[in-house]
Amino acid sequence: MTPLLAASSNSWIDLNALWKICVIGLICGAGLPAVFAIGLRLLSLPASSGGSAGSAAPPSVDDDRIYFGNVLGAVGAGICFAVVLAAIGLGIDWIVST
Amino acid sequence: MNNDLTLALVVIVALAFDFTNGFHDTGNAMATSIATGALPPRIAVLLSGALNLVGAFLSFSVAATIASGLVSTGAINLTVVLAGLCGGITWNLLTWYFGIPSSSSHALIGGVIGSTLAAAGSHAIKWHGLVSKVILPGVLSPFIALGIAAAGTWAVYRLTREVPKGTRSHGFRIGQIGSASMVSLAHGTNDAQKTMGIITLALISEGTLKAGDKAPSWVIISCALAISLGTWIGGWRVIRTMGKGLTEIESPQGMAAEASSASAILLSSHFGYSLSTTQVATGSILGSGVGRRTEVRWNVAGRMVSAWIVTMPSAGAVGALAYAIANGIGGNAGGIIVFLVVIAIGTGFYLLSRKTKVTPDNVNDEWTGQVGIPTPTPGPAKAAA
Repeated sequence: MTPLLAASSNSWIDLNALWKICVIGLICGAGLPAVFAIGLRLLSLPASSGGSAGSAAPPSVDDDRIYFGNVLGAVGAGICFAVVLAAIGLGIDWIVST
Repeated sequence: MNNDLTLALVVIVALAFDFTNGFHDTGNAMATSIATGALPPRIAVLLSGALNLVGAFLSFSVAATIASGLVSTGAINLTVVLAGLCGGITWNLLTWYFGIPSSSSHALIGGVIGSTLAAAGSHAIKWHGLVSKVILPGVLSPFIALGIAAAGTWAVYRLTREVPKGTRSHGFRIGQIGSASMVSLAHGTNDAQKTMGIITLALISEGTLKAGDKAPSWVIISCALAISLGTWIGGWRVIRTMGKGLTEIESPQGMAAEASSASAILLSSHFGYSLSTTQVATGSILGSGVGRRTEVRWNVAGRMVSAWIVTMPSAGAVGALAYAIANGIGGNAGGIIVFLVVIAIGTGFYLLSRKTKVTPDNVNDEWTGQVGIPTPTPGPAKAAA
């Protein structure tokens, strides 16, 4: 038996559950906000040159509008937000089924 | 002893505990969203209450841990459960008064352990279950949450540094609605279960259910309603400490903190660990402050941690005392007297709290120090001294 398996059979602390909580927790708890952040970053990419003139004005610091001027960016952002929503949906489904 | 009356008292006190559990813990899910303005305070508590209700029906593994994993069911009776609940409620109200986000779960478990010790001695405690399912997860979880939140916050700020500040703040305020909702749902799956477990334990001790039975549906429904009503009432005192006392929270770090709390609570629920959602949420908020490299009021955090350490022993001492009183008087009279004392304590704290009231309107005011200790006002008070 490897030391890892031996350790995980400790009855006081379930190392098997512990590492799962840490790793899955990191993926969901830190990873999903990061994907959301990437989505927001893509959404607010500057408009491609010669593209839409409507949103050409650079935003000031106080402007809190969420705008998008770049179609590719908006599509990428949509994918990111969809990943986050899907992960939440799967998570709830997993809780209900256990 | 007429069991029906005592059983009714146990159920009432258990639901009352569940209610305090709700308002004590509203801040876990909503403090960060209220602090950043992602949700208006009154909407936030309504949403959180509704999702707690839903969450209470989603998972039952924690209820099982409480009902049969901590004390040997043969050694306890209704008076023990009643006394334990009294310990939990008293500690919850005390910490709520001072705005300390302490663990409702540890208060409940501590109270029951205390009354069981007083009634049957230490052999009735499943020490192994207590340490492996409650104490160790309780010690580790705030650190895990802190780490996840710090990593998430760092990543989120790193990835969005090119995004204009206003846009970033707005975007994450929207995201926070989702992440705070997940924490509320997670709270329902974890904390509502604890009271279900206690009532199940009472029913087992009284003989209605066998050890290992699941909670009956009237227990599930009434517990779900009690905790969500409590959440909706909103523990503004605790919300204030969590949202304003620990660190100044911006919306990106608020979302990272909430995501960390939600995932840590849900994963632990899955493994049947009855960890403290409060301690996880506090760890996450501290971690988000660390990840953003902003000022964290470690003295406020330190005060909380000391409250966490004394929670189980204190609630246990009250639980043991309540058992001694109820058992000393004996019969239904003992139960009724303990019940009345708890009502008196609750009323007392409520009246006291009105002097330093925290409401949806002042919950986000500038942090001036601990909740519950009025800022000294010059004038009559000094003249009297």
